[in-house]
Amino acid sequence: MAIMEDHLFAPGHTACSGCGQALAVRLVLRAAGSNVIIANATGCLEIFSSNYPYSSWEVPWIHSLFENTAAVASGIEAALRITGRLGNTKVIAQGGDGGTADIGFGSLSGMLERGHDVLYVCYDNEAYMNTGIQRSGLTPYAASTTTSPAGKQSWGKPQGKKDMVGLALAHGAPYVATASVGYPHDLDRKVKRALEITGPKYLQIHCPCPLGWRHDTSLTIEIAKLAVQSGLFPLLEFRDGELVQAHKISRPRPVEEYLRPQGRFAHLFAGEAGQEQIAAIQQIAERNIARYGLRRQERTAAKVPATAGEVTTEEKAARDRERVFTAAELAGFDGREGRPAYLAYQGLVYDVSGSSLWPDGDHQGMHQAGEDLTAAMADAGHGDEILAQFPVVGRLARDI
Amino acid sequence: MAKEILEGSRAVARAVAMCRPQVIAAYPITPQTHIVQELAQLVADGELAAEYVNVESEHSAASVILGASAAGVRVYTSTTSQGMLLMNEVLYNLAGLRLPAVMTCVNRAVSAPLNIWNDHQDSISVRDSGWMQFYAENNQEAVDLLLQAYRLAEDHRVLLPAMVCMDGYILSHAWEVVDIPTPAAVDTFLPPYPPLYRLDTENPLTFGAYAEPDKYTETRYMMQEAMNRALEVLPEIQADFARIFGRRYQGPVEGYRLEDAETVFIGMGSTMGTVKEAVDALRQQGEKVGAVRLIAYRPFPAQALYAALQRVRQAIIFDRAVSLGSGGPLATEVRALFQSAPDCPAISSGFLGLGGRDVTEETVINAYAQTRGRTVQGIFFDLRHDVEMEGVEG
Repeated sequence: MAIMEDHLFAPGHTACSGCGQALAVRLVLRAAGSNVIIANATGCLEIFSSNYPYSSWEVPWIHSLFENTAAVASGIEAALRITGRLGNTKVIAQGGDGGTADIGFGSLSGMLERGHDVLYVCYDNEAYMNTGIQRSGLTPYAASTTTSPAGKQSWGKPQGKKDMVGLALAHGAPYVATASVGYPHDLDRKVKRALEITGPKYLQIHCPCPLGWRHDTSLTIEIAKLAVQSGLFPLLEFRDGELVQAHKISRPRPVEEYLRPQGRFAHLFAGEAGQEQIAAIQQIAERNIARYGLRRQERTAAKVPATAGEVTTEEKAARDRERVFTAAELAGFDGREGRPAYLAYQGLVYDVSGSSLWPDGDHQGMHQAGEDLTAAMADAGHGDEILAQFPVVGRLARDI
Repeated sequence: MAKEILEGSRAVARAVAMCRPQVIAAYPITPQTHIVQELAQLVADGELAAEYVNVESEHSAASVILGASAAGVRVYTSTTSQGMLLMNEVLYNLAGLRLPAVMTCVNRAVSAPLNIWNDHQDSISVRDSGWMQFYAENNQEAVDLLLQAYRLAEDHRVLLPAMVCMDGYILSHAWEVVDIPTPAAVDTFLPPYPPLYRLDTENPLTFGAYAEPDKYTETRYMMQEAMNRALEVLPEIQADFARIFGRRYQGPVEGYRLEDAETVFIGMGSTMGTVKEAVDALRQQGEKVGAVRLIAYRPFPAQALYAALQRVRQAIIFDRAVSLGSGGPLATEVRALFQSAPDCPAISSGFLGLGGRDVTEETVINAYAQTRGRTVQGIFFDLRHDVEMEGVEG
């Protein structure tokens, strides 16, 4: 994937295979670029990336302590500001879920309240993994960890995830978002957007941890996607307190599909009694879906804005025959660097150039023009009716 | 330079401003507040071009100056007592990262029981953190040592943070005559901070990598060596200081009327001003007494102390902090200095002035009387037997 070309986070580190956090870090750095200074909390990431004399960091990077990362970043920001280096150089603070939501919450709150121009990234793998899988404020309901173990009288963690998004919003942060390693384009876009905004930003990235979640290392991305598609980890974006985007779910996946491959939830599947717990988790997903309006309206999309000069059926049919695109030809219309943005859907090629939904051929950070997106529609937050607003410029050649 | 009568806190704030720190972070705590609110006002009035970061805790105050120092600017903070204890973790970290920083510790007792008055328990509790520690006898020194602390901390042969300790209330809230230096003179003595390394996108470096057992010892060795070098660099800085400001400091230890002294009082901070008065009084009665004051406690001035005490017959050490379950931190170290040494003086030690209890000339003379012809260890020189101590003295 082209998104992985840059190596500001050098390989050779000692992360576990299938580590969601390592993947997320590469994506964050790739999006942030090299004009960034990073303050990093104690945790897995710091350990696996900075074993002296080795370092994976190709950007200036500092690790101080577990709970003070937001304050260290505040100090860096203040120093850059007074010396006129801020703006050109961005500051990112980053830590795990424990370093963010628990022990580091005070310093994060201070950073957000004072309004430092810093992007705080929380890599949320839902427990203290570095110390051996202890529960944190962001461990989800019923997850079994070494300090919230399932047992004869326990279903795992009795509390749900701390609402860090709500807490960040309560500070008046101008940009608050969630992302997932399962949606790299979306993550990439959110990091870039956050760094364009002055002031404190909070981005929480869901990162499966095969060791702590006890799933196969090959399933990291799939499980990350299932968290989103079930509604358990909504992908949200808030600007100045307003929800400006929520990743829609066409057909929410039952939470069971997300829970079943993970050993931390295995106790829920050991007997009939677990069904009640699974139902409770389903309720959490339903609440998220309702709260953030995640469910796509099925086929009622009459709200598609009418475009000026709608084409007649005859005209459309005529255009359909204009040109036949091979996949390789289509790839040339990716919308980048001023090129037109075309996409294929069910055999037809649509021109989405100039659409505000496809800037530079990029759609919501998830899709790039120049591709056949027929299969992707199933995952989209809308139906194919939305394509009616775009002119058809040809047909996609069938594979011979 | 101009002599002014002003509060100790204000004198320190004025001196801090002349050092031109670019990032100041602080959290209010009695009796440190007058320093930091004065600095906030100087920034608010545009008289000091600094980012003043109002943090949510002392832990973050130390963390903010840590980040700023790593980014390559001169930094300042001030705290005391509980604030120092809350900073503790970050203080070790700042030193281990070899980041220069300067703070004023306005010394105060540690809770419980809550007590906002002066002793040295707070700074003594962080003596092993890798911060250099200097103790001021009066407000002039609180100013002068601050300037010297910046020079020493930022010297590339040292690169360790430094705290200047001044006794809470006794100095911080006392109005004294202080010779306030001119900004030009301070600029000459203390040029802009040239960081050896900094967080910089032009030259990306990793700060704070972790060290396994095959590396960690060497980091401690290097810090210990830097502490030793600080003792060598200090006289250079003091010579510069004398040349520019006209006030002469001679090494990390100050002797008072030592010429034929048989008994010497040893201590730190403002108490030693009172001790000097007591020395004068005792001398008038024909007693051959003197005083030795540690200006630097970290690095511990072992050689200078040893040289000052070699010929005396008796040493009486005043600690204003207690290592509970052991003894006086200063006494323990001075005693260790003479372990197996020839001509070891008879060493007595004890505590006084805890939690703001007044140390008067009489307190010192009484301590002298209590140690005539005998040695005592770790006694409470100014214990009051009229205070009910039910359940303690059985």
